Amino acid sequence: MSGGVDSSVAAALLADAGHDVTGITLRLWGGMSDSGCCSIGDVEDARRVAAQLGVPHYVFDESDEFESRVVDPYVRAYDSGATPNPCVACNQELKFGRLLDRARVLGFDALATGHHARIRRGEDGVHRLVRARDAAKDQSYVLVGLTQRELPSLAFPVGELTKADVRAYAAGLGLRTADKPESMDVCFVARRDRVDFVEARVGARPGVVVDVDGRELGPHDGVARFTVGQRRGLGVAVGTRQYVVDVDAVTNVVTVGPPAALLCESVALRALTFTNERPSSRARLEVQVRAHGTPCAGSLVEDRVEFVDPTPKVAPGQIVALYEGDELVGGGVAA
Amino acid sequence: MTADTERTLEWGAGVPSYTPPVSMTAYLDHAATTPVRPEVRAAMAPHYDAAFGNPSGTHSVARRAKTALEEAREEIAAGLGCEPGEVVVTGGGTEADNLAVIGAARAAARAGRGRRIVVTAIEHKAVSAAAEALRFDGFEVRVVRVGPDGIVDLDDLAAVLDPETVVVSTMLVNNEVGTIQPLAEIAERVRALAPHAVLHTDAVQAVPWLDLAAAAMPADLVSVSAHKFGGPKGVGALVVRTGVELEPLAVGGGQERGLRSGTVDVAGAVGMAAALRVTTERRGAEAAGATALRDRLAAGLAIVPGVLSTGDRARVIGGNHHVRFAGVAAETLLVALDREGVCAAAGSSCASGALEPSHVLAAMGLSRGDARQAVRFSFGYASTDADVDRALDVVPRAVARLRRPG
Repeated sequence: MSGGVDSSVAAALLADAGHDVTGITLRLWGGMSDSGCCSIGDVEDARRVAAQLGVPHYVFDESDEFESRVVDPYVRAYDSGATPNPCVACNQELKFGRLLDRARVLGFDALATGHHARIRRGEDGVHRLVRARDAAKDQSYVLVGLTQRELPSLAFPVGELTKADVRAYAAGLGLRTADKPESMDVCFVARRDRVDFVEARVGARPGVVVDVDGRELGPHDGVARFTVGQRRGLGVAVGTRQYVVDVDAVTNVVTVGPPAALLCESVALRALTFTNERPSSRARLEVQVRAHGTPCAGSLVEDRVEFVDPTPKVAPGQIVALYEGDELVGGGVAA
Repeated sequence: MTADTERTLEWGAGVPSYTPPVSMTAYLDHAATTPVRPEVRAAMAPHYDAAFGNPSGTHSVARRAKTALEEAREEIAAGLGCEPGEVVVTGGGTEADNLAVIGAARAAARAGRGRRIVVTAIEHKAVSAAAEALRFDGFEVRVVRVGPDGIVDLDDLAAVLDPETVVVSTMLVNNEVGTIQPLAEIAERVRALAPHAVLHTDAVQAVPWLDLAAAAMPADLVSVSAHKFGGPKGVGALVVRTGVELEPLAVGGGQERGLRSGTVDVAGAVGMAAALRVTTERRGAEAAGATALRDRLAAGLAIVPGVLSTGDRARVIGGNHHVRFAGVAAETLLVALDREGVCAAAGSSCASGALEPSHVLAAMGLSRGDARQAVRFSFGYASTDADVDRALDVVPRAVARLRRPG
């Protein structure tokens, strides 16, 4: 229970259905910026909702693990020219890793969260992960990494509801979180600029911006300020619209180019996982490369996604989610 | 919506939400707080009724309140071994600690005696945070080490004391591991090596176990908190021995000899007095009873594989059992125990309710990982055989289950 409306309603739905529910809030972040998912105010909201539902509530301090498994890799990724997704790391490592393990050892049958996604158990006993009923709120993308090891023990009760339903349900119960605004940013950098956050920890790596032919266009203040596909804030004037097409953290060279230079036909993946079985290389997949991006068509051949049509380059570090129709079949990290 | 939701929920449907009823819980957290004694409630009740007056007034209603307050003060003084005029009623133990440390430091600085403060490494945050706050005002804070036994290192104390030291604060009984600090020996060194220093002791955890009239005698300032011995929350006292200079933190109407302005919580003071009176009268029997229960729990848990007790158990109050179960995170164990009605604790909690890594255990030399396995069972006047029975039934099973690989 993050203290937000979705996990509040997830708990309420389960309690109302007669389950023995226990609320857990993870304390993830004890540092300078705690305006995100884990501030004291949010913990208090979660605690009050749990009290209103008549279920016990506990806070688990995962701040050390959050630091080592989420924040450090996030900073190191930007420092190496990549574009990390800390929400996926947090889900994989903490929520569906350590917390699920703890829930199991404590004897709970399942771990439920407020994610907008759906789990369907097929006749074959396989648990499939499917996009949320509310397509605009679908969060299946950040659930990449879940497999048959976790899915049978998970529940996403709000996945069947639209966001409006969720708020209405919360309001109907008089939950204090009913009108709470959604958190949009990375929770631990909410109050500060991402660049400041990264450079405060590892320092800036200034270098030069070059065009696709290697011509130097000017200096830049640090590689952490750039992500592949970025258009704004390049600090160079070329006349035509330019995008970041490469960030080299060894030489600190940022390459920019016209839209055509950004296009690619495939992307290599590492840390590939599948919710069940690997899809056939002939299967036509929908490939989604950011949390709320429009998927494009492609197929998975060995450890590469081959796009049907040339597609803007995927920044290294980004999560690439693979769908068959509405079903998330797997994904990995863009190399 | 209902149909969809139900389909998602295949496992364990229909199990009722379970929070154990109060009658089935084993409350083993008396160091956190104690139940209010019936005598205390009875003594306080009139002050929420006809005897509601403000003791600072002059009319009959005010006089009744004033009389009750001063009678309470006499009773508190009797229990703490001081003069009534030396008792300052505060809004709890933290406020008493803050007033002692900050008030004495500021008074000494104003008198030009120095700006050096000495605290031990295992103080409650009400003391250590007060000392930290003084750093910003230009005070130097020296922290005295403790040994692996959880007892103040007297040689280290002697090494940090000097004539510039104006405040020394050492707790009498540690809230986490229960160790009794050698206050008389500490005072000896303070008087010899830091002759200008005011000696404060945080005796918040001591009242049910030690007669403060004797045990806290060497200290110039003594903090207590009513709810740790059967009184109400939000009321405490600071003993300020005659001649000790303090600057107040709360200023205004000049109540409590100008050391703590604000209308005194008369009902609270009366409740604290009643709690202290009953505790003092029954201390021998209640402490012996709680100690016997603690010993039975300790003996029963000693056979759990991988159990380790903390510190020097011979120098611990009778109500404290502090142990680690190797390989079991306290955070998880406490949830497992709570689900079966056993209320225990681990270290202190931060504002979010999460467990904080214990500075006390760190000071005793435990690694962060080991400290995260530490659990405190604490007994008090209200503890019963049934509490121990339940704990001995639940704890070994929970530890075994949590150790089983997931």
